[in-house]
Amino acid sequence: MGVSAASWIHPVLALALSPLLPGVINRVKAFFAGRNGPPLLQGYHDLWKLFRKGGIASRTTTWVFRAGPLVNFACLLAALAVMPLGAVSAPLPFDGDWLLMAYLLGLGRFFTVAAALDTGSSFEGMGASREVQFAVFAEPALLIGLAALARETQSLSLSPIYAGLAAGGELPLRILLGAGFFILYLAENCRIPVDDPNTHLELTMIHEVMVLDHGAVDLGFIQWGAALKLWVLGALWAGLLPLGALPGPLVRLAAGAGAILALAILTGMVESVTARVRLLRVPQLLVGAGVLCALGLLLTFR
Amino acid sequence: MQNGIGILLIFLILTDLLLLGSSRLRNAIRIAAAQGVALGLLPWLAHGHLTGAALLLGAGSAALKGVVFPALLNRALREIHVRREIEPLIGYIPSLLIGTGVLAAAFAFGARLPLPWESPSPLLVPAGLFTLWTGLFLIMARRKAITQVLGYIVMENGIFALGMVVVEAMPLLVELGVLLDVFVAVFVMGLLVFHINREFDHIDADQLDALKEGVP
Repeated sequence: MGVSAASWIHPVLALALSPLLPGVINRVKAFFAGRNGPPLLQGYHDLWKLFRKGGIASRTTTWVFRAGPLVNFACLLAALAVMPLGAVSAPLPFDGDWLLMAYLLGLGRFFTVAAALDTGSSFEGMGASREVQFAVFAEPALLIGLAALARETQSLSLSPIYAGLAAGGELPLRILLGAGFFILYLAENCRIPVDDPNTHLELTMIHEVMVLDHGAVDLGFIQWGAALKLWVLGALWAGLLPLGALPGPLVRLAAGAGAILALAILTGMVESVTARVRLLRVPQLLVGAGVLCALGLLLTFR
Repeated sequence: MQNGIGILLIFLILTDLLLLGSSRLRNAIRIAAAQGVALGLLPWLAHGHLTGAALLLGAGSAALKGVVFPALLNRALREIHVRREIEPLIGYIPSLLIGTGVLAAAFAFGARLPLPWESPSPLLVPAGLFTLWTGLFLIMARRKAITQVLGYIVMENGIFALGMVVVEAMPLLVELGVLLDVFVAVFVMGLLVFHINREFDHIDADQLDALKEGVP
């Protein structure tokens, strides 16, 4: 299952469809609350509005402030180049790209945090500190989970890993990693058990407080980047489903995209029925995800 | 069938980890009960066919651990007005991390342990050992007497799971005897918890050390 023309569809699909995901989540939340909610295409309207605006930045900021959103967006684009969907190979697979994927997410986070610190605002510093603190727990979990997948399928590149997983694999491993990756998905995308994207209180925000000073095009890239991150981590999760039985790469890509949308609906449901955990308890949640992934890794050592 | 027993044993391991990380006593009792009920299915899954002994053992232990123990413990909980473990000797995140290390050790040990019979699942010995050690850890690392009683029940769950390896050879009577022992022990401990609480207004078992002579 090598690189083919179909491989390039996934990055394009991700770029085009990812602004839909926050809209889906908001729609599900509105449905649970008995409201109509914003239109599904609100994400596109927001991006269109933001990209036409002229920006303004505080005099205390440097180039780091402007670079943050762009580098984060570029990192996620690069991650898409190695991230397969629906057992269709990624455009640029190579041995060890799973490690690169994890570190691209880390680099994007680093620049977001650096841009937040660059403003000199105490609130943004607080958000940056929390973001990094939770990353300390989330990143090992992601790496252990990916290592479990690599061991299970005996390959070192995401595309063959997910192709092998789609063909067959242990059911317990899928369930464990599915649960672990779902917690990571919620944490990395700042969804409810960890962070509330709708909060208006700076004291409790994590991601939203880091981007308070950004506006216009920068904010557009931040929102698009956040949507892309939902997509990339969603693809990581969707690959655990046994999609290999479906015929044809196009059908599998569509099924993978459908799984990512379904994950967004699930996220909306989780956000509607659970409360946010206390900040002190978040590390416990993330250690739990790490333990699930570690158990998956142990299972492959039999 | 292989998938079924695999998922059951993973469930066992996950409930152990939940117990290590949960501070609410009512939740912990519920988790231990779910674990006991799930273990009731194990004799049937482990052998693929339903024998009279397996049925009796499974149904008996599920009824005891899923209904009787939780009822006894919840009654004790109601009477002593304790909701949660406030200050465990080892915190919840360290507990989870230690649990993962112990789990790895259980897998390493389970792979080397020579067994007289073929184990029904490669996961059975590690999961049983881990449950046993989790129970032991709960007894050591928690202050409240109720959690220690729970640890004791979890330990018995581990012994039960390990016993599945040799269920062909182990007489039914031995297993029933163990169940009876645990029942009596939990009964006595339930009473004891109540009495300790009435005497001292709390159930922090480690403060019983102060009863030693010579300590002010």
